[in-house]
Amino acid sequence: MEVFLQTLVSGVLIGGIYALVGLGMTLIMGVMKIINLAHGQLMMIAMYITFVLFEYLHLDPYFSLLIAMPSLFVLGVIIQKYFLNPLLKVDSILPENQVLMTVGIGMVLTEVIRFIFHSDYKSVKTSYSSDFIYAGGISYNVAMVIAFMIAVLLTLLLFFFLLKTDIGRSVRATAQNKDAALLMGINAEWITIFTYGLGSALAAAAGSLLLPIYYLFPDIGGPFTLKAFVITILGGLGSTVGAIVGGVVLGVAESLGATYISMALKDAVGMVIFLLVLIFLPGGLKAWTKI
Amino acid sequence: MKVIRWSTLVPLLILMVFPVIVDSDYYRHIFIIALMWVVIGSSWNLLAGYTGQVSFGHAIFFGTGAYTAGLCVTKLGISAWWGMLFGGPVAVLVGLIIGWICFRLRGPYFALATIAVGEIFRIGATVWRDLTEGMQGILIIQTFRSKIPYYYLALFLAAACVYAIYRVVNSKWGFYFVAIREDEDAAESMGISGFRYKSLSLAVSSFFTGLAGAFYMNYMAFIDPHVVFSLHYISIMAILVGIIGGVGTLWGPPAGAFIMVLLQETFRSSFFGLLPKWVSEGHVLVFGLLVIFVIRFMANGIIGDWHKIRQIWSRAKSLPPAAAGN
Repeated sequence: MEVFLQTLVSGVLIGGIYALVGLGMTLIMGVMKIINLAHGQLMMIAMYITFVLFEYLHLDPYFSLLIAMPSLFVLGVIIQKYFLNPLLKVDSILPENQVLMTVGIGMVLTEVIRFIFHSDYKSVKTSYSSDFIYAGGISYNVAMVIAFMIAVLLTLLLFFFLLKTDIGRSVRATAQNKDAALLMGINAEWITIFTYGLGSALAAAAGSLLLPIYYLFPDIGGPFTLKAFVITILGGLGSTVGAIVGGVVLGVAESLGATYISMALKDAVGMVIFLLVLIFLPGGLKAWTKI
Repeated sequence: MKVIRWSTLVPLLILMVFPVIVDSDYYRHIFIIALMWVVIGSSWNLLAGYTGQVSFGHAIFFGTGAYTAGLCVTKLGISAWWGMLFGGPVAVLVGLIIGWICFRLRGPYFALATIAVGEIFRIGATVWRDLTEGMQGILIIQTFRSKIPYYYLALFLAAACVYAIYRVVNSKWGFYFVAIREDEDAAESMGISGFRYKSLSLAVSSFFTGLAGAFYMNYMAFIDPHVVFSLHYISIMAILVGIIGGVGTLWGPPAGAFIMVLLQETFRSSFFGLLPKWVSEGHVLVFGLLVIFVIRFMANGIIGDWHKIRQIWSRAKSLPPAAAGN
């Protein structure tokens, strides 16, 4: 029972960070109707920014959120403005051109980083990386708890932004119906650019939060892109609440899989859930929550 | 629509005399790999370019073919060449099962589902050690020491694959495929069963990819899950070959295969040793940049937008007098 609870707790904690990755992907998918297959790679870039700041300026990973997030926002804006939006005007056989473009962008990001930092594994060891709190027979990793709390805070801020501010409402309107949004005087192109930036910034936040408890190498992006779209599908496309639930479900499922099935099959668990959801519950968890 | 003219036999003839003229196993090897990619790229193109089902999981069929050949040796104790016989059909079987699951999804969701299935296969092949030897991989002994038999076999496979796809896309099936690509609902309303024809397209596609896999096992004599089920090195590479050459064209993927393999080898060997060694680290980077460039400026690939490229060329030659007139 204790093992089970411990597994559950660490699953939920990591799930909070997964939710951030998933939220970014969901926003992008909602507004642009494309799957951003460079999402994990953007997160990887943020992790390297955090790593460099820690290594050379001894900046705390949580503090470097303030630098990593804006930088990735700018990077996302550039990608959307100069690489993805122009494709809308191009006539091609496959409608998935934008998705394939994100694959290319992901490759370039990974390889540029590999060029600079090589394929070595890196990690950031803070003073609290291996500290634990014990409560009720369960141990909590301090870094993970802090990361989870910041993730929750950022999620709340995001919701406030989406529900209460003008730009946030425009983002939601564009996601619901782009043509109607255009008619209401929303600059939909600008909103897509902004949303891609915002999505990248959220991925950046997840990357910086994950760094103290994870390791880092250029190919880390791929697995996280997979996780991100698993979460997005799990939560129901374009549903922000669904993405949070999806993130936590994936985190718990992975850690249960690692404990009870096998460590090697941890990543397969997510994929199997993903396929099952796609087939039996195509609307994702949104079908139940109705948000 | 007669695409195969006598002039198209010219590349075939060049490829047939190539190993006789070029007496270097290194260049023969590169061409064998390129011919193998012709098979994989063309098969991917049949499913994605003609039928509109963008698969991110062709490594599944490639790996299945390769492992079929490998298991012939380790489990059945027969020659890996039997894999050339079984590899295709087994890949088709796997393909049909996957199609049965994934074809209920459309567009990008189909693409995502194929990534997921591909990852399941890769992880499965890594973990199921009793069957696949896991990460140890399967090592066999090559039948021929010379590259030439492999070269002609690869050439035969590539020619057969391109010819088969030519026949398919110019038959009734091919038109059904294109109808499904353009508008699946409209096609269904005309009485074309989307599921049946997508499955047929997938069957042909997976058959040839499986054959390519079986060939790879025989030729390279070593496979492990991270090579043959790789998302990056097989599935994505198949897509790149298709996109660079041109999706939905017969000659796109063959052109793309040669461009990609030659480019990869040029960079991997640092321009055949002419440039400093760090250049070799950039070969994937070049792929990425090339893909971005092609999608951005030549959405239908090099063959698909050939007339555009020629136009630039001819305009560049004819413009100066007109520009001088201004």
